[in-house]
Amino acid sequence: MKMTRIFAAAIAALGFAGTAAAFEGDQHTPHAHHWHHDGPFGTYDRQAVQRGYQIYQEVCASCHSMDLMRFRNLAQPGGPFEEEAFPNPNDNPIVMQIAASYTRVWDMDEVNEDGDPVERPGLPSDPFPAPFDNAQQARASNGGAYPPDLSLIVKARGHGENYIYALLTGYEEAPADSHLAPGQYYNPYFPGGAIAMAPPLADGIIEYADGTEASVEQMAEDVTTFLSWAGDPHMEKRKQMGVMVLIYLLIFAILVYLAYRQIWSNVKH
Amino acid sequence: MSGPSTYNPSTGIEKWLDERLPIIRLGYDSFVDFPTPRNLNYWWTFGGILAVFLMIQIISGIVLAMHYVAHEDYAFESVQRITRDVPFGWLIQSMHANGASFFFVAVYLHMFRGLYYGSYKAPREILWILGVVIYLLMMATGFMGYVLPWGQMSYWGAMVITNLVGALPFIGEAIREWLWGGFSVGQATLNRFFSLHYLLPFVIAAVVGLHIWALHVPGNGNPVGLEARKGKDNKKDTLPFHPYYTVKDGFAIIVYLMVFAVFVFFLPTVLGHADNYIEADPLVTPAHIVPEWYYLPFYAILRAITFDIGPIDAKLGGVLAMFGAIGILFVLPWLDTSKVRSMRYRPLTRWFFIFFVVAALGLGWCGAKNPDDFVMGIEGFKFLYLGQFLTFYYFAYFIVVLPVLGIIEKPKERPASIEAAVLGTDKA
Repeated sequence: MKMTRIFAAAIAALGFAGTAAAFEGDQHTPHAHHWHHDGPFGTYDRQAVQRGYQIYQEVCASCHSMDLMRFRNLAQPGGPFEEEAFPNPNDNPIVMQIAASYTRVWDMDEVNEDGDPVERPGLPSDPFPAPFDNAQQARASNGGAYPPDLSLIVKARGHGENYIYALLTGYEEAPADSHLAPGQYYNPYFPGGAIAMAPPLADGIIEYADGTEASVEQMAEDVTTFLSWAGDPHMEKRKQMGVMVLIYLLIFAILVYLAYRQIWSNVKH
Repeated sequence: MSGPSTYNPSTGIEKWLDERLPIIRLGYDSFVDFPTPRNLNYWWTFGGILAVFLMIQIISGIVLAMHYVAHEDYAFESVQRITRDVPFGWLIQSMHANGASFFFVAVYLHMFRGLYYGSYKAPREILWILGVVIYLLMMATGFMGYVLPWGQMSYWGAMVITNLVGALPFIGEAIREWLWGGFSVGQATLNRFFSLHYLLPFVIAAVVGLHIWALHVPGNGNPVGLEARKGKDNKKDTLPFHPYYTVKDGFAIIVYLMVFAVFVFFLPTVLGHADNYIEADPLVTPAHIVPEWYYLPFYAILRAITFDIGPIDAKLGGVLAMFGAIGILFVLPWLDTSKVRSMRYRPLTRWFFIFFVVAALGLGWCGAKNPDDFVMGIEGFKFLYLGQFLTFYYFAYFIVVLPVLGIIEKPKERPASIEAAVLGTDKA
């Protein structure tokens, strides 16, 4: 085991060398925030997911990709722009408009007669455009730190949405004994305390389409709700089906139990 | 107990088939008319539950394999695509991932049942050994299945476990590279793990067939640990499997499925690890590499050996202890010297068994924690020390407690027969 531990430690040292802790002390545990989608019957706050998408688009997307997302996902059942009139999400006008607002080479295999890749406006079936072509470019633009993909970020962190919310609202003045490298910020919810992401939210940095006041807390809650939805887009359907399955199994169990009592009523056991 | 067949083909087609391939007779004798002790409690329902979960895992797994891509660049995304874009993929994936946990919960309860009621004792040694073989195959299948989503824990779990093989003297390194198909966990490893993960469940199904065959020769054990009498008294001790136990097992299966459904539909990720939603990265090691919960007790035993024992260094010692913890189950039927099967009649051993269960759970707790952390914050009392103590007890239970207590313990008086136990009248 010693060997394995040394081996693991050596690799860990390599991996974390770029983001070494600048801060000695305990990482803060995120508080449990109340979410509209908590509990067995909780659903996503549709308005919050819409506003959260706006924040992702205008703030987060300049550094963070969401590789698993397609524009059409926004109009799928349970998605923020779902419209009953358009059961096929690819026909949803809002999503078509969002996708068409991005013009770029979407696929290197889409070529003109000369064999050169072509640019075109996006379609609902296209993925969310990534801000960087590759990880190296992403690091080079962010002082060596890699902005993680956000498709699954809520599932990929301990404490889930509470952690994301705490991180977004938890920036503080660095304590005197911390030694932050240039380009690092102090956030006690982040492992090690030194984070390369500048505080992404400030009061009023965006103007919500629905007129909601854009406070840091409001924006953090909205974007976290959006990211929860993005990581678990079938949650509402899953919970609904779960309730039906449990009711079915409960009735089935009662019937079988009564059959069991009946069958065993005449034998000693 | 498996007496002469009482199957009586009534229709023409049944008679015709019975003279050529008596498969209906086999089913009838095994699952309809099979004489089963009348005093089985709910601990005996886990065999049926396990059969159901083997089927759930195989069927959901076959569907997942239709969509899964066993490639280091696409595996992670393909699993996410299944949960997002495949119709009901979120359900099938959740059933398969949580199904593995529920399979292991059931197998552990089934094994503790066997340990408590002495199900491993003559004439059921082969039955027990086949069960241990199934358990080992389940461990291998579960481990390889956990690698397939190619998340961080998948990758690093595979790295830690395959590195254990490298601890073997002389041949370890060569075997490790042979397992990897290269010089590290990579594409070749992922591809062969997928192949084996698809193969092994069918091997398990075959061994389950042998397990049931070996069960149906002596018949079921039971809570009082007495054999059902032969001959005309057999009917007084037993009931036909159907409808008595089909309905009882059926009820237990449905209740177990309800608990399963709570996890599948409402808590689909709680049994997993957040790091496995990050794609595997050979350059970034997770802060704490932990296996799936069902391996944690063995992980704790592995880490408990931190000292060299003669020529065996600590790493090899840990590996030997971990495999020994399962290996010792193979010889258990010959370690327990008591003729009394059921712990109900073994007042002293019973307490040692209860502490054995506590020790197994405690080892799981130690496996989940950093060995250098303190137990419940008690200064100086590291999880390592607790793990070492519990590891010691785990082995002592098999090597010392069961052999010695079987000789010195005075068992309680047992009923004369299952019938007598059921009626509760005589204790003669």
